[in-house]
Amino acid sequence: MRKPGFSSIALWLGLAFLYAPLFILVFYSFNASKLVTVWGGFSAKWYAELLKDEQILDAVWTSLTIAFYSASMAVVLGTMAAFVMTRFKRSWLKTSLSSMVTAPLVMPEVITGLSLLLLFVHMADTLGWPAERGRLTIWIAHSTFCAAYVAVVVSARLRELDRSIEEAAMDLGATPLKTFFLITVPMIAPALMAGWLLSFSLSLDDLVIASFTSGPGATTLPMVVFSSVRMGVSPKINALATLIILTVSLLAFIAWYIARRSEVRSRG
Amino acid sequence: MTALKRWFSRKGGISLAWFNGRTLIIGFPFLWLLLFFSLPFAIVLKISFSTAAMAIPPYEPTFSYGDELLQVFINLGNYILLADDPLYYSAYLSSLKTAAIATAGCLLIGYPMAYAIAKAPKRHQPLLLMLVMLPSWTSFLIRIYAWMGLLSNNGVINSVLLWAGVINEPLHILNTNLAVYIGIVYAYLPFMILPLYSTLSKLDGSLLEAAADLGARKWQAFWQVTLPLSKGGVIAGCMLVFIPAVGEFVIPELLGGPDSLMIGKVLWQEFFNNRDWPVASALAIVMLVLLFIPIMLFNRSQSRALEKN
Repeated sequence: MRKPGFSSIALWLGLAFLYAPLFILVFYSFNASKLVTVWGGFSAKWYAELLKDEQILDAVWTSLTIAFYSASMAVVLGTMAAFVMTRFKRSWLKTSLSSMVTAPLVMPEVITGLSLLLLFVHMADTLGWPAERGRLTIWIAHSTFCAAYVAVVVSARLRELDRSIEEAAMDLGATPLKTFFLITVPMIAPALMAGWLLSFSLSLDDLVIASFTSGPGATTLPMVVFSSVRMGVSPKINALATLIILTVSLLAFIAWYIARRSEVRSRG
Repeated sequence: MTALKRWFSRKGGISLAWFNGRTLIIGFPFLWLLLFFSLPFAIVLKISFSTAAMAIPPYEPTFSYGDELLQVFINLGNYILLADDPLYYSAYLSSLKTAAIATAGCLLIGYPMAYAIAKAPKRHQPLLLMLVMLPSWTSFLIRIYAWMGLLSNNGVINSVLLWAGVINEPLHILNTNLAVYIGIVYAYLPFMILPLYSTLSKLDGSLLEAAADLGARKWQAFWQVTLPLSKGGVIAGCMLVFIPAVGEFVIPELLGGPDSLMIGKVLWQEFFNNRDWPVASALAIVMLVLLFIPIMLFNRSQSRALEKN
């Protein structure tokens, strides 16, 4: 057997560093004791209590709704931007669009959140819209910053696409719009799906931007978790965390499995 | 619509032929981002020059018009406050320091990991990358929260060390700067590994063979060939960690102590606790000015990569 090199030892240690905290969290969510660090025997009672918590269940629903609509809008915006950046001729519009679309990737969240809130307050002041902040304003904020991620994912796919198929369709008389929906979209569908899922998880996870742009009517799940976690470690949040970790891992694994199978099949 | 078009082209002699699908495709995301990304910064700038007030919204208007007199109020007080009060100054400094230390930590841990993934057999690489990314798809907040339970005085790490007899009294890690560094490295590590992996996996292996043929040792070849060639990935990874880490709020709030001041936390407190929107805006503007060069560097490399065919 080959001696493992320095870098592969580092890889396994690094993966252990990434996963150990999550495993310990899952383990302690089954702790019967209220004291988080004292093992009081196996119990699932925190899960039962979690399912009785109306506030958390409401927040889960709010977050899922916002994430669904934000991811959908982000895919539309991001795909259009990616299309401009890979298919359009150089112009000042294109240059300024591409610098605006990637900037949210690194912009500190407190700045994005504050600036959008001030915009909404200003618009409400001068235009009378949006009358109150809530799901709609969070949706706008999330769509904007998720579009950046979609643009990166989709433009990578558009760039490696064989353009002769699109050209053939247009030579045969298809309008650009028809070509886009009948030829391009099916070919970039995996990237669109990946972008949608990424945006969905980013929106579901966001605390800072949602806290700034939300109003009294809309409390998302991270906002509820944060206000509870600020007080310290709690077994109910451990149970919630476990459910989130298991759901995400399962979905990611299924997505990975499907992608691998289709890859194997396409290779013949 | 056609009548309108005809009217326009007759009136000004301007053809509306440009108003087609192309314009729509470029126009819609452009206007959306202009309205919801760029314009907000102008408003932050404006409010940073206004005066806080007990009102809704809690600041004085910049323009007022009465008796045929248009008055423009520009209040420099917020910036003077930032310059005078050592609290803000040290918060900026410690944010930059914390972000720099955490970025270095990410690079030291992430580089060997990215290298190992790039060296692994091709069919294993997607699985390894997924393993690196998977934790970051679960909730960010939950991952930081997990460290609260690990690091606290009666937490898992201290219990294990006490039980094993390594230490006699619990180590005080939670609510210190060390905990903030650990949290940032943990949360941002995947963002360092991905760009490093993508440059390292494209590296031409024959260059390393040539270096070996010419008598270079493994480490020498690494320092003189691999590292310089992966410079692009190192820069992209460092920017992806450093810039958001400077403005980080959740990690210093949950893992840091009262002395781990970071500018994101100060901004949050000014905004939500003190309701001083003008000072919060001034803080954001100064943070943007500090981050302007790194953001521009990142943005240029990104949009170049996006436009490249």
